[in-house]
Amino acid sequence: MAISNATLAGLTRTQLLEMHYMMSLLRRFEEKSAEEYTRGKIGGFMHLYIGQEAVGVGSITNLLPEDRVLSSYREHGHAILKGMEPRVVMAELFGKSTGCSKGKGGSMHMWSNELGVYGGNGIVAAQLPMAAGLAFAAQYQGLNNVTMCFFGDGAVDEGAFHESLNLASLWKLPVVYMCENNQYSMGMAVAKAWAVDSLMPRAAAYNMPGEQVDGMDVIAVYEAALRAVERARNGEGPTLLEIKTYRFRGHSMTDPAYYRTREEEHEWRNTRDPIGIFEKRLQEQGIATQAEFDQNDARATQVAEDAADFAENSPDPAPAELFTGVMVDNSTALSFRRERE
Amino acid sequence: MQMTMIEALNSALALELERDRRVVVFGEDIGANGGVFRVTEHLQNKFGEERVFDTPLAESGIIGTSIGMAIYGLRPIVEIQFAGFLFVCMNQLVSQAARIRFRSAGAYTCPLVVRAPYGGGVRTPELHSDSLEAVFLQTPGFKIVVPSNPYDAKGLLASAVEDPDPVLFLENIKLYRSFRAETPTEHYSIPLGKANVVQEGTDVSIFAYGAMVNVALEAAKQAQQETGTSVEVIDLRTVWPLDEDAIAASVEKTGRAIIVHEAPRAGGIGAEITAVINERCFYSLLKPIGRVTGYDTPYPVPGQEDYYLPTPAKVMTALREIMEL
Repeated sequence: MAISNATLAGLTRTQLLEMHYMMSLLRRFEEKSAEEYTRGKIGGFMHLYIGQEAVGVGSITNLLPEDRVLSSYREHGHAILKGMEPRVVMAELFGKSTGCSKGKGGSMHMWSNELGVYGGNGIVAAQLPMAAGLAFAAQYQGLNNVTMCFFGDGAVDEGAFHESLNLASLWKLPVVYMCENNQYSMGMAVAKAWAVDSLMPRAAAYNMPGEQVDGMDVIAVYEAALRAVERARNGEGPTLLEIKTYRFRGHSMTDPAYYRTREEEHEWRNTRDPIGIFEKRLQEQGIATQAEFDQNDARATQVAEDAADFAENSPDPAPAELFTGVMVDNSTALSFRRERE
Repeated sequence: MQMTMIEALNSALALELERDRRVVVFGEDIGANGGVFRVTEHLQNKFGEERVFDTPLAESGIIGTSIGMAIYGLRPIVEIQFAGFLFVCMNQLVSQAARIRFRSAGAYTCPLVVRAPYGGGVRTPELHSDSLEAVFLQTPGFKIVVPSNPYDAKGLLASAVEDPDPVLFLENIKLYRSFRAETPTEHYSIPLGKANVVQEGTDVSIFAYGAMVNVALEAAKQAQQETGTSVEVIDLRTVWPLDEDAIAASVEKTGRAIIVHEAPRAGGIGAEITAVINERCFYSLLKPIGRVTGYDTPYPVPGQEDYYLPTPAKVMTALREIMEL
């Protein structure tokens, strides 16, 4: 029951407990999403963040409200961490009008101008050049914003990765490239996909610093991301971080996962769970207690339940919503056709 | 002032850069060199490397970064060296730029202008002469603008920059320097989505855009002189969204329609106009609709180019057929 004022990586006990809560929330939220998907309440494809919570929490903790975040289709957690209400994220998953994109975006498209959340993207690596553009716009407008761009290990094999890193380095843009290396691009193991065994040579190829980080250790992620964010904010240019992690679930909800063994999955879940690792460390250092973890977890479970209730009880978008937002006004043939019908 | 289309476009870009600090102009070789066709000549000198700059050869990177800029407060105008190179950045154009407004339910708009030289007639090979506009008809979210003369080019480009949505601005290579026209030196704009009746007529309507407007006018003149046929020539100016009202109004008047474009025939703008006419004013038609277009082949080598492209003679043949002359 030893609660001390000890800090970890310069973070206060309150901050550390908040990080623990956010990790618990992402876990419980995704578990709830999976449950609702199985119940048929969520359509399309859905990619869960379970196992990777330390990456998002450790990095986004460093961001300010005005900073920008882009991500891949495994982005529910990033949106929540950047401040999006779990209710609003869940409603978007359900395709309800109360979602962040009025139910028109779905699982892969969490957007909020106010919060600086720029998706979610259904195309691997498509967000990388956009990240460079956002950072350019911030720099051009004299804003001291940092753009943090999340992507998986599959994205680095796409041409867009290389074009983006080259431009960002060339123009010294304030971007933090966060590669969440969960070791499989769908079913393709990194060892079979990369001609190099780490991202460090690729960082070097674009003349930017790179770091490999243990993505199951939220504090290690926090510290590496802090260095990268500070570099960006000080006008020193982009950084590439390779965060080594593991997704505990399949690529999406419909993945049979023939490409890896159940033993491997158990090994990771049982010995490398980022929440368990963090709890152990906080306890060992006398910073927090099991009771506090349980309290966080109970709250997270309750918030996830509430989000699902909210989504379930929200209205569907009206059919006519289909015709809005394609272009700005009604001068399109599309709206004309609708009127004629 | 008498300007070529190059000069008119250059003037429009300079005015936009002057008027609005959010405007940035970039692309391959557009800085010191002024672009392959010199549309951006001197702009870097006037406005500095911060606002007018060269990029590496990375079309996907160019369009991707311009999207990021557009959704975060800037008004990027990018040049893709030839329309044929648009294929290299299709993902960023089609899967990203065109859909951001829709998938974010309007949280983000993408005020981006992509300029690209297109079209044949100057002995450039395939991928340097292609007309790709129809490819983007199946890309809801994009506006596609194709000017036919210097005056329109300048006014339409101004509107494209002001537009809150992505605009693909296709500039016909042959028109760049082939003639001058009276063009104001000051800023003005021509609305997007509105066709222009270039010549009024009563017997048959010809719908064209880009370099084919002059081809249509030449044929119309010949038809008037040789056969006394009164031809209405309509310059679409914006090929998507189509000005359906203007198309229907003209066909309701003349009862006959011919569509001229240099892009391949199958699934082209002409096919879409034909469908619009069928939907809106089928019973006004006196004769089947005619199409004079490029062939359904890749763009040919210079030696076969004259055979491939629509000409006033080919349009005359279509006119004689539809008028039963």
